[in-house]
Amino acid sequence: MAISRDDVLNWVRDYAQVIEDNHEMLTDLDREIGDADHGANMRRGFKAVMEKLPSVEDKDIGTILKTVGMTLLSKVGGAGGPLYSTVFMKAGMTIGAKMEMELSDWEKALETGIAGVVALGKAQLNDKTMLDALYPALDALKVAVTDGATIGDALKRSAEAAHQGMLATIPLVARKGRASYLGERSAGHQDPGATSTTLLLESAARVWAGC
Amino acid sequence: MKKLINKPEDVVKEELKGIELAHPDLVKVYYDPDFIARADAPVQGKVALVSGGGSGHEPMHGGFVGKGMLDAACPGAVFTSPTPDQMLEATKAVNGGAGVLHIVKNYTGDVMNFEMAADLARGEGIEVESVIVDDDVAVEDSTWTAGRRGVGLTVLMEKIVGAAAEEGRSLKECAELARKINGQGRSMGMALTSCTVPHVGKPSFDLPEDEMEIGIGIHGEPGRHRIPLEPADKITEMLVEPVVSDLPFKEGDEVLLFVNSMGGTPLIELYIVYAKAVELLEAKGIKVVRHLIGPYITSLEMAGTSITLLKMDEDMLKLWDAPVKTAGMRWGI
Repeated sequence: MAISRDDVLNWVRDYAQVIEDNHEMLTDLDREIGDADHGANMRRGFKAVMEKLPSVEDKDIGTILKTVGMTLLSKVGGAGGPLYSTVFMKAGMTIGAKMEMELSDWEKALETGIAGVVALGKAQLNDKTMLDALYPALDALKVAVTDGATIGDALKRSAEAAHQGMLATIPLVARKGRASYLGERSAGHQDPGATSTTLLLESAARVWAGC
Repeated sequence: MKKLINKPEDVVKEELKGIELAHPDLVKVYYDPDFIARADAPVQGKVALVSGGGSGHEPMHGGFVGKGMLDAACPGAVFTSPTPDQMLEATKAVNGGAGVLHIVKNYTGDVMNFEMAADLARGEGIEVESVIVDDDVAVEDSTWTAGRRGVGLTVLMEKIVGAAAEEGRSLKECAELARKINGQGRSMGMALTSCTVPHVGKPSFDLPEDEMEIGIGIHGEPGRHRIPLEPADKITEMLVEPVVSDLPFKEGDEVLLFVNSMGGTPLIELYIVYAKAVELLEAKGIKVVRHLIGPYITSLEMAGTSITLLKMDEDMLKLWDAPVKTAGMRWGI
């Protein structure tokens, strides 16, 4: 089995709905240690993505993901805009003009997406950023691929690892982004970026469970 | 939330409409992507200054577009960095062939978005230099933080470098002057109340009636310390001391003292702060040769103030005094 173009479209649609349902929670997390706009920014971005999506519905996976990335770049702003944009654009470039992808394609897409985030944000593991969800998700995915897990199982394990990584940001002191201005006061709060990233991977695991 | 707005999502667009109608002699407003440019842009042969940032800091930056200051400003959503497409279009619209200087406040999002825009503009053959402003002494500058924030000094840099560009200095000279200003200016702010981002609807942080937040930024992000409220003189001391000792400013220095309102603090209180600040500086043998007092870089309706000190020299004094004609700052014309 593989992940089809339509599965990818459904994932993007599902995540847009997840953001719609959770934007207040994300903004509340950001209010604690940032500037109270993460949910609002993601919501604005994915509303624009939903408007743009019909124009690429018949295109390949790479084009769809790159379009999502470009739309986020021009609509989200803040740090989340370029970072999420990079994740989708790098993933789209990596997967390329395919109408369906294998788990190995997804693994490479996630890997290049993470590399893009690191290049742009210059953060490391445990800086209390989205990378704290992304790195464990990639590690778990790699192990699952080696184990010969099904797509559904591998993505489930990857999303669970992201969730653990997200929870692990709570005691951390932020070293990047606006939360870092708070110093020690940033500890005790869950990172909003790691949270929205976990929601993204959980959405993929849910939508692609039967692939 | 009690605000003089229509719909939260329309705040920036409706503000731009007002600016367009109020100041057609000074600026031209572009939409989708949104930016404000000098009415006479591009000025051929002149270095163009482009800045931008989240909205909610008015009059910065849009109110500083005009002769002797910025060529263009890109407004983001409230407290959110604008996007690269805005910056790219603004850069192209004001490029008069002598290059474009991006003045960027040191926030993760602003830096990333301007970096992408500068790359895109260079790809289209425009010479772009970027200068980062990071004058906030409240933030410890270390590899463990995003670095110091760009705050009050941004306003002074935009005025002084704007005058330098106006008198025909090169892109390299303008960038060097901007970096020099960043090297000899420092700021610190405090809040008496929080502020409410329109599309969020609740205060960015909770601040009890009898407490204040020292070391705040300009985005409603909490500061370094929360302490019981003190009289104005004591608060002024808490702001002036760390600013002076950080650079450090020394006996015999001539400075520009900028006392800024965070939006909700009235002029009557700013003058009280100004008087005490001058007294404290004079006691140290630091001479206040220029001043700026008022709401220039605000944080919506937040009550509070920030103090910026900039060490001046003859060249910078001349550029500060040079004519400026913008919606937010105007003299000599």
